[in-house]
Amino acid sequence: MITELFYMSGYGIYVWSSFAFTFLSFISLYVVTKNQYEKEKNKFIAKFGNLNAERAASAKLQRINREILSNTSTI
Amino acid sequence: MFKHFEPNKIFSITSKAPRYVLYLLVIVLTIGLIESLLLSPEDYLQSHTVRIMYVHVPAAWLALGIFSSITFLSVTGYIFKLKNFFLIAKSLAPSGFIFNIIALVTGSIWGKPTWGTWWAWDARITSMLILALFYLMFLMAWRIYDKKEQVFKITSIITVLGIINVPIIKYSVDWWNTLHQPASINILSKSTIHSSMLVPLMIMTAAFALFSLLIFLMKYNTELIKIKNKGLDRL
Repeated sequence: MITELFYMSGYGIYVWSSFAFTFLSFISLYVVTKNQYEKEKNKFIAKFGNLNAERAASAKLQRINREILSNTSTI
Repeated sequence: MFKHFEPNKIFSITSKAPRYVLYLLVIVLTIGLIESLLLSPEDYLQSHTVRIMYVHVPAAWLALGIFSSITFLSVTGYIFKLKNFFLIAKSLAPSGFIFNIIALVTGSIWGKPTWGTWWAWDARITSMLILALFYLMFLMAWRIYDKKEQVFKITSIITVLGIINVPIIKYSVDWWNTLHQPASINILSKSTIHSSMLVPLMIMTAAFALFSLLIFLMKYNTELIKIKNKGLDRL
């Protein structure tokens, strides 16, 4: 049964390569998007760390800024 | 109405949602793969190659659906000056482009055992390739232009020109004599595909839609943080 699953009457190479290409594309896009997200978040945290107390307090008034700082890992 | 969807207000939801979407995606995708690779029957004419349909068709549907959504968002955003609509359109585009590429590549792989060729300048295939070029232009415009007003205008023009191609893709198999088979599923009339194949196709479509939602949320959050980064520079 396992052999038939891979061989698929001689068409296995076409079926498996289609599924493999699809999921490699999915994983690649996921990794690229996640890296972009992490990069921007780290940049935000670093910039926030460099603000003086007054500016940091002013920035923290915005809910979204607090959310970004508290949300250290989304996925 | 649009005030409820302001980025500042919905970030608490969009930043937490990807995790749950990912869990759901893994479950739906696992069921979809079992259905499409193990449980669904082989076709009496195409044998096992019909299984390629379970990745090819959802990818093509979503590529078309996402481009139509991007066009609506860009045009509406441009007319009513809604910047958030452009942000949503920009965040949707990467998954739409990837789906378009998947539809082209898996279609090419399917073509070899079915038609005896990897590629043909057939109306359906060529119009899908043109759609990929419009996706590419849309994504490149966001990279090339810095000024917001300029990029909003250019991306709106690209999508308006690109949307003309969408009905051509849809009806190409009816208007011209093509290698590509006509549609087997029609919303308005009875589907010609058996339920044993229709069910896995629908599950895989749901999985692909969830993947698109996951990428959209991650990209949208990235764009919001990018805006906030610029805001910190101005403090």
